[in-house]
Amino acid sequence: MTERITKNMARNIYFGGGLFAILLFAGLTVDTVQKIPKLSHDDQITKSVALGKKVWENNNCVGCHTIMGEGAYYAPELGNAFPRLGANDEQAFKTYLAGWMAAQPLQTPNRRKMPQFNLTPAQVYNLADFLIWTSRVNNQEWPPNIKG
Amino acid sequence: MKYTSQMVAKPYFIFALILLAGEIVFGLAMGTQYLYGDFLFPAIPFNVLRMVHTNLLIVLLLFGFMGATYYLIPEESERELWSPMLAKITFWVFAAAGVATILGYLLVPYAALSESIANSFWPTMGREFLEQPTITKIGIVFVVLSYILNVTMTFIQGRKTTISVILLTGLFGLAFFFLFAFYVPENLVMDKFFWWFVVHLWVEATWELILGALLAFVLIKTTGVDREHIDKWLYLIIAMTLISGLAGTGHHFFYIGAPGYWLWVGSIASAAEPIPFFLMILFAFNMATNRRIQHNNQIALTWAKGTAVVGFLGAGVWGFLHTLAPVNYYTHGTQLTAAHGHLSFFGAYVMICFTLISYAMPILRGRSHGNGPKAQKVELASFWMMVIGMIGLTLALTAAGIMQIEMQRLPDAAHALGFMETQAAISTVYAIRLAFGVMVLAGLFTYFYSFFVKDEKAAA
Repeated sequence: MTERITKNMARNIYFGGGLFAILLFAGLTVDTVQKIPKLSHDDQITKSVALGKKVWENNNCVGCHTIMGEGAYYAPELGNAFPRLGANDEQAFKTYLAGWMAAQPLQTPNRRKMPQFNLTPAQVYNLADFLIWTSRVNNQEWPPNIKG
Repeated sequence: MKYTSQMVAKPYFIFALILLAGEIVFGLAMGTQYLYGDFLFPAIPFNVLRMVHTNLLIVLLLFGFMGATYYLIPEESERELWSPMLAKITFWVFAAAGVATILGYLLVPYAALSESIANSFWPTMGREFLEQPTITKIGIVFVVLSYILNVTMTFIQGRKTTISVILLTGLFGLAFFFLFAFYVPENLVMDKFFWWFVVHLWVEATWELILGALLAFVLIKTTGVDREHIDKWLYLIIAMTLISGLAGTGHHFFYIGAPGYWLWVGSIASAAEPIPFFLMILFAFNMATNRRIQHNNQIALTWAKGTAVVGFLGAGVWGFLHTLAPVNYYTHGTQLTAAHGHLSFFGAYVMICFTLISYAMPILRGRSHGNGPKAQKVELASFWMMVIGMIGLTLALTAAGIMQIEMQRLPDAAHALGFMETQAAISTVYAIRLAFGVMVLAGLFTYFYSFFVKDEKAAA
């Protein structure tokens, strides 16, 4: 098959195909950037949600957990932590999360361990707000069930 | 060795191999924590182990690419490297920054690192694979810029070949897309979207150009096939890389809050992503069959063919397994992703580094015809140990992923097991994974040993 293709033809396929791919990807990127605010409810990112994202990042939570399926696979998905662990009740979720974070690490022998992060009550509150916001992102109804 | 400045590649290669040993050791520690949660806890929690494991991989590949480039570019350009001194300084700066960052991970709590001066001024930490403190990221930019400057100046003043043009294109792409590591918007969805501009567009676009160029270089050297022929293949491979790989980024945008059309765009484009890897297999075996010379360094050609095959398996086959949106709906974020990640990084990128090292190191050590037959035999054994070990652990992770999907994802909420219960149910598979991991490390040590095997009559 390749006998009939000359080097010049191959180079033209590269430049032509590459340029087409770049333009297509760039175009879709521009469109996506315009659509993400609505799909993610950008207007609901309060100061507390933004601070909660910082808590999430500064403690490298993604090093064990996944969030919307991305991260490490050592600990449970947290994109849907709010419905799963808080039953969509904001107050109940915040109380639960504060208790859970304070109880770490659990003493069960050889269970996977979550470190004690010594978060302040305000940080836990922010983290909860961030996870609540995340759970409301329109992400094509993923995960398949509440277990994450 | 044709040009004395090629010598600067040597420390890069050696350091890359040392980092690889470190990466595997940390991988084994993680594999052990999967079985015994108290192992090393709380001294080194899982997230720290993982950060060290993945960051060592990225850094070792960069060292490998740099060493490979410094070896290749003088020969391709038919002149000495523009500045061997700059290459040496770059090595020490990068090595020191890398070691300091890893020590920081291990000795300082991550939250404390994140309060360091540069990061509080411009926060970029806490995202998968891009965990480095901002100051390290800035350091990486300078290191990469000095590397690209050196390579570009050598290129401009010398002969221009298809291989060097494509290699440089890949390097400029690598540098450009890394800049997205500095963009951390408040909106998690936007953050994730542009995070993939670094991660996917590195490994499934720009790095593939580097891979193709390096593979072509070793094939020319070990088979003697003429450039016209090699160049044509190389263009076809990278054409398919860009056509499938750019829009193929969409397979990461299915379930993170991006618009629904990515389900289609990502599925269709990324279904074609195995093609460039398949072409690499045809390329490598075709060149080996039509070889004009019988190079004494046969093991280098074995690595080149191995890169093409295992790269195709890991990136092509294991990627395709879960790249279609309806499948990915169930596989997203399971051990199947980890299976694909392990075999593709090893097959495509770690193995191309081995290819270059196995070709170039004997020459840098004064054996222009490659190591002696005894040393090559040992190296061949290490090749199989590492390849079988990696395929074994990938199969184990694949089994783990499938079981995870069966127990946790497929049943309805009332019947599905929770995450932790599912993980407990598949622990046997994790033990098998760990055993294969040990095999990979043993293979690497065998590889190290091959450097010290003495043949009775050393090849002149």
